[in-house]
Amino acid sequence: MQKRSIVPIVYILFLMLPIYWLIAMSFKTTNEILAGFSLFPQTFTIEAYVTIFTDPTWYWGYINSIIYVSLNTVISVCVALPAAYAFSRYRFLGDKQLFFWLLTNRMAPAAVFALPFFQLYSAVGLFDTHLAVALAHCLFNIPLAVWILEGFMGGVPKELDETAYVDGYSFPHFFVKIFLPTIKAGVGVTAFFCFMFSWVELLLAKTLTAVAAKPIAATMTKTASSAGYELGLLAAAGTLTIVPGAIVIYFVRNYIAKGFAMGRV
Amino acid sequence: MALELNNITKVVQGKTHIKPINLKLESGHFNVLLGETGAGKTSLIKLMAGLDSVASGSIVMDGVDITEQSTQMRRISLVHQFFVNYPHMTVFDNIASPLRVAKMTPSEIEGRVEEAADILKLRPMLHRRPHELSGGQQQRTALARAIAKDSQAVFLDEPLANLDYKLREELRELLPELFAGRGAVVVYATSEPEEALLLGGQTALMQDGYVRQFGNTADLYRDPESLIAARVFSDPPINHASVIKKGNKIAMGDVSWDASVQASGLKDGEYQVAIRPHHILPMKTDKANIAITGQVGVTELSGSESSAHFVFGDHAWVSLSHGVHPYQVGEDHTFYMNPSECLYFAPDGSRAA
Repeated sequence: MQKRSIVPIVYILFLMLPIYWLIAMSFKTTNEILAGFSLFPQTFTIEAYVTIFTDPTWYWGYINSIIYVSLNTVISVCVALPAAYAFSRYRFLGDKQLFFWLLTNRMAPAAVFALPFFQLYSAVGLFDTHLAVALAHCLFNIPLAVWILEGFMGGVPKELDETAYVDGYSFPHFFVKIFLPTIKAGVGVTAFFCFMFSWVELLLAKTLTAVAAKPIAATMTKTASSAGYELGLLAAAGTLTIVPGAIVIYFVRNYIAKGFAMGRV
Repeated sequence: MALELNNITKVVQGKTHIKPINLKLESGHFNVLLGETGAGKTSLIKLMAGLDSVASGSIVMDGVDITEQSTQMRRISLVHQFFVNYPHMTVFDNIASPLRVAKMTPSEIEGRVEEAADILKLRPMLHRRPHELSGGQQQRTALARAIAKDSQAVFLDEPLANLDYKLREELRELLPELFAGRGAVVVYATSEPEEALLLGGQTALMQDGYVRQFGNTADLYRDPESLIAARVFSDPPINHASVIKKGNKIAMGDVSWDASVQASGLKDGEYQVAIRPHHILPMKTDKANIAITGQVGVTELSGSESSAHFVFGDHAWVSLSHGVHPYQVGEDHTFYMNPSECLYFAPDGSRAA
């Protein structure tokens, strides 16, 4: 082994340590976790995972999260596509200001919006629905999606649009048949970021739900039960929470590099 | 087939980009739009293609007013300077795409795509995607898409400008064959006078949004109507200087020659004389030659041609000649020109003789 590879190895170990610790914990019993320091599970158990996959209050947390996250991703991308197209192809009064204003929506902390959303959704009967959380997350994700997509669309020459019109494509036909496939990498990257932001956001998701649409992160906050602290169970839930993100990132890993290269991610 | 432009203009942010243009472009030969970058060639093509709307005037295709027709409704093809193809489609699908939109039958589509692919030598690449092709092949794909479609008009916007020299020559030879017998009006924009001459047909000289002169390409080259037209149709730029005609003599500073050769009909007075760089040679070839001595500045050698920039009086002129000539930069050199090659323009720029 060469000397210079030591630094990156140490760095990667340092990064992976908490994840390893989480996974190791999930296979330990709570007693062992509380008892002291052990590098490997002494008594290997999958009890925690069994609990999560059999107890509806646990696995519905995942299902709820996946429902509103998917819903949000679809809404964000569908709304952002035409908006990004307009920003990339047309000049209109105040276009740059509007674009910047969209981004400023991402600068406010989520807590600012928790109360108005809670009040508003309660009033219109959206409280404790998947749609409520999906819509609330649009506040952050649509600006992000417009920003990323505009970068990708800007990389497509306007001549492509013109060529398609000359070939006889109507605008909707062109958009779906020619333009979308051309920027599919951008759509993938955008969907990934919307998915991740919505997946990790806790405050709004927790505030806007009670039972029916309760996200997994909220379920996890009930650290104590009648049997005391269930740290093993919590670690297993945490491990499972990483999985969807890891799966999605696997599919878009090549596109993300492209997104970084365009300076928009 | 004919495409008529009647007084069309284009206005961008209050400024008139395309000044009133009247042209009658016909099928059967190339219609070249010749002008420098920014002369309005692309703008004019966009107007004809319906990608931009005219501020005034009308566009008539074969007797039908198409001014208000959308791009999709006009039966046209367009090839850009940049190689524009649909990146996610194979070459076959790229060529077939306008035919599919026009709802042709699959067998007809296949026939037309193969015909176009054969002319443009794309047969072996039909199942590749554009990014797997070289620049020349990409542009051939774009050209194939343009000819596969039944178009009334084909617009080629500097289609060879982004190709290297060798490919450009190769593809240029193909061009006449490509459009022969199709009955479409072919409009070809270029910034190179040489290309216009090679393609022949008719040429519109464009400058600053105006069509300065329109007519048979060779005639335009021989007989420019104005100094501007002569300048547009010359590369390197045409040499010009003020001269004074008095009696039987034309005087350009210290140099003078017999007016009877070309300019006998001119009244006495001040004129502009213009002479093309390749009519100014580094050695005497004819008894009638006039000698001009100037200080040689930059010299260039391109292929088998030598050009020399030289200064005499307050004029900077260029000489372009075949062969390699041993110019000494910074030294005086005597060049020769034949007065019969001179073009004379009135002070307002219009042709005098």
